[in-house]
Amino acid sequence: MSAAARTIPAPPVSPETAPFWEAAASGRLLVKRCEACGELHHYPRAACPFCGSDRTSWQEASGRGTIYSYSVFRRAPVPYAIAYVTLEEGPTMMTNIVDSDLDAIRIGQRVRVRFVPTDGGPPVPMFAPA
Amino acid sequence: MSIKGKAYIAGVFEHPTRKADDKSVAQLHAESARGALADAGLGFADVDGYFCAGDAPGLGGLSMADYMGLRLRHIDTTETGGSSYVVHVGHAAAAIVAGKCNVALITLAGRPRAEGMATGTAPRNYGAAPDVAFEFPFGPTVVNQYAMAAMRHMHQFGTTGAQLAWIKVAASQHAQHNPHALLREVVTVDEVVSSPMVADPLHRLDCCVITDGGGAIVVTRPEVAKTLQRPRVRVLGAGEAVKHQAGGKIDLTYTGAVWSGPAAFAEAGVRPADVKYVSIYDSFTITVLITLEDLGFCDKGQGGKFVADGNLISGVGRLPFNTDGGGLCNNHPANRGGLTKVVEAVRQLRGEAHPRVQVKNCDVALAHGTGGSLATRHGSATLIMERES
Repeated sequence: MSAAARTIPAPPVSPETAPFWEAAASGRLLVKRCEACGELHHYPRAACPFCGSDRTSWQEASGRGTIYSYSVFRRAPVPYAIAYVTLEEGPTMMTNIVDSDLDAIRIGQRVRVRFVPTDGGPPVPMFAPA
Repeated sequence: MSIKGKAYIAGVFEHPTRKADDKSVAQLHAESARGALADAGLGFADVDGYFCAGDAPGLGGLSMADYMGLRLRHIDTTETGGSSYVVHVGHAAAAIVAGKCNVALITLAGRPRAEGMATGTAPRNYGAAPDVAFEFPFGPTVVNQYAMAAMRHMHQFGTTGAQLAWIKVAASQHAQHNPHALLREVVTVDEVVSSPMVADPLHRLDCCVITDGGGAIVVTRPEVAKTLQRPRVRVLGAGEAVKHQAGGKIDLTYTGAVWSGPAAFAEAGVRPADVKYVSIYDSFTITVLITLEDLGFCDKGQGGKFVADGNLISGVGRLPFNTDGGGLCNNHPANRGGLTKVVEAVRQLRGEAHPRVQVKNCDVALAHGTGGSLATRHGSATLIMERES
């Protein structure tokens, strides 16, 4: 299956998350880092969910990760794989696995980010086998 | 301050409908309320505390108080999805202990079936929620999110589809005796694992039913309960918790029951081995399996072995569960199964379950709710109740 076979809804962009989506448009994956406690988090927030500090900044991630879990949704008009991918940097994020035989996806598999166009919004980070 | 023994569940009602084409949601709430109050031997005029959640139409508690003509001095509209009503019982008990009300009414109702809602299979967009941009584009549905928890459990602990299927088999064994159950046919492990795959590894028969309907619970202070002509069931302990993504430190192998369970057991002063019957939220088979581990009925990772071979079937196994057929076979009104979990536990404690599934000497029972999604964020609520001897 190619990701294009399914229409991907546009993510709503807010001032709080605009830098994430601007970077996505140029093919870069950002995560939030807390300047106070040093923890990285996802999804990105203005305040750190670990210590509450509002001193957070954006950090570029490598785009490499491994599949923590996944499920192929067979009932959809075009079946697709939802997944949680754990980034090399630590945080685990919800995504889709694309450019892969759906029956070949495995937990622990190494994957790499690729940005997929959405329906009228910025592209979203999905992952393909590395 | 503890609620132990200081509040009683005086009335319960499960609406018999499973498809309500000709009724409004408010009407179903009120019919359920009337049923629970009649079960207790009370009336609307006795109610001074009211509890409802996100299924209540309009302005929720305000709209429903208006519709039912309630005169209230306490209101609580805590919304934790399908677990809300288990939370409400604990909150009602606390309000009674604090002197805020004497007779608390909890209601639930909805008609997703009549409205043709694609409950489990359509991605849900929660609008302005902060997570939407980072989840909704990827097509999260109720089923594929719970499926990710199941997939991880299988990977990490070797849990099998056949083990999960035993949970549905047990529910179906019970549902055959419930004339109101949507699905009364007994199914086998083979039938579950050969039913169509919805979202790997969950098959169609791993999923709960979609039903219209509702239910209600009446909680009173001891002085009121003692004037009523019903077997007395008192609240021993309640625990609640919220589990979320923890900023991206995601672990799908446990639920918030790891916190709500110990809190409820500690307050109740009982252990899992003391519990004779459990109502466990069964949106999916995997929900039951992980919850039983988290509540301490078996070790983490051993849930598959624990639920297999009929261990959850009343009269057969060690831990009878969901003897009404649960959400998997009987009823999941308004896509929210917490209230009916309390109802069947009360039936068991009163000795009013169907004779074929009634647990002998059922003196302590547990009801557990899981609302929201195992994979992202959910509310967990554990309630432990006792028959007053």
